[in-house]
Amino acid sequence: MRLTCPYCGERDLREFTYKGDALALLRPNEDADPSDWTDYLHNRDNPAGVTRELWYHGCCGTWFVAERDTVTHVTKRTLTLAEARE
Amino acid sequence: MRYSGLRVVWEGLRGQTGWSPVWRDPDPKPEYDVLIIGGGGHGLSTAYYLAKNHGITNVAVLEKGYLGGGNVGRNTTIVRANYFLPGNSEFYSHSLKLWEGLEADLNYNVMHSQRGLINLFHSDGQRDAFARRGNAMINQGDDAIVLDREGVRRYLPYLDFDNPRFPVYGGLYHPRGGTARHDAVAWGYARGADQRGVDLIQQCEVTGIDIEGGRVTGVQTARGAIKAKKVAMIVAGRSSQVAAMAGMRLPIESHVLQAFVTEGLKPCIDHVVSFGMGHFYISQSDKGGLVFGGDIDFYASYAQRGNLPMKEHVMEAGMALMPMIGQARVLRSWGGIMDMSPDGSPIIDRTHIDGLFLNCGWCYGGFKAVPGSGYATAHLIATGDPHESAAGFRLDRFATGVGLMDEEGTGAQHNLH
Repeated sequence: MRLTCPYCGERDLREFTYKGDALALLRPNEDADPSDWTDYLHNRDNPAGVTRELWYHGCCGTWFVAERDTVTHVTKRTLTLAEARE
Repeated sequence: MRYSGLRVVWEGLRGQTGWSPVWRDPDPKPEYDVLIIGGGGHGLSTAYYLAKNHGITNVAVLEKGYLGGGNVGRNTTIVRANYFLPGNSEFYSHSLKLWEGLEADLNYNVMHSQRGLINLFHSDGQRDAFARRGNAMINQGDDAIVLDREGVRRYLPYLDFDNPRFPVYGGLYHPRGGTARHDAVAWGYARGADQRGVDLIQQCEVTGIDIEGGRVTGVQTARGAIKAKKVAMIVAGRSSQVAAMAGMRLPIESHVLQAFVTEGLKPCIDHVVSFGMGHFYISQSDKGGLVFGGDIDFYASYAQRGNLPMKEHVMEAGMALMPMIGQARVLRSWGGIMDMSPDGSPIIDRTHIDGLFLNCGWCYGGFKAVPGSGYATAHLIATGDPHESAAGFRLDRFATGVGLMDEEGTGAQHNLH
């Protein structure tokens, strides 16, 4: 598996660290219902198919979002966090 | 048909003509008392113990592929009870006791081999941690012996004891640990359940779960609708997809764990050896192949195959620990899909839907749990209350924070186990 860092281009998997579902970008407000926090911290859609997830590129220090198929391991596209938040 | 050594000899003399199919291949009936989704190790053992312990035999196991074709056929076959935390400790202790009587109980040779498991340690701090774990195991009634360096050398003379980075200081020896023939465990439970009247229905994918007024009423399948009062989802590796049919999102993320086997060799590794510093574990199968594995690939996956960096890491760890295996050629590698829970411990519980039960989250430790898990899940389905050995495996522990079982002490969050 190879991933494309939005800044450095396509690189070997060993340069990257998986940081979990991109749900992490949607942090609830402090006064949100506890069930929202459980959904944020623990519950996952966990699709067998295309998922949005966070990766960290250790070489340049960038966090980015990858849209990747969990069945084929093919990455559709990668986005900077700014692009992902739009 | 009852199996015995005499029977093997007799069939040998008459050309193996007397054997009959091990289980029936029934069509699904329109209604059952209990439906089990998933014909893997845990689903089959649940069906077996429902029939044997609770007399509930109007049961069907629905399997989308073939029996035992998932993770029970894709693991490294290790059986052990060396857990530390209350909640886990009594469960795996109970499961190991079931393993010890399993072959007589099932009248099936699962080739359970208590060859002993040795967890190596490589520093003073690790020695203290393993001594503490050993004490917890002894308190639970299981066996644990702390070996010093020379003690390990007696059992495992082939290790690189003076590895400059991870010299071997000793090991925690668990004599009752070992291995079993993984497929035979699924087949033995399937046969036992079938003999007691359970319908094992293969090629029958569940496509929907019927719920009316907060109560489960049955399932939709590739072979038509089936009604039932109780339904159990026992599908580790696909838990999120099946639970989604009931409108549930689970605290599960699926990851791939790779395993490897070499060509057959003469007996050389007599135990199960684990090397925590490199995350590597190995045993030798009865066919002679060295069966070994490492850590998960650490990204979400349903691919049942992994990537090269983890293969490289596992090979490096193996070479660092026991250089003698470097000449062996790897025949195959494969991947299994792990239900990773946030705290690394499993879930056996009711759901918020009446009559719908959940068994999932086995992370990379499901194989040894097969007997205990089926026993406890059957108890939960039959009585409505958790079995005492599995009372800690609650679904709501992530929402409440009460009763989290973070065995590794790395944090009760995703991607830390």
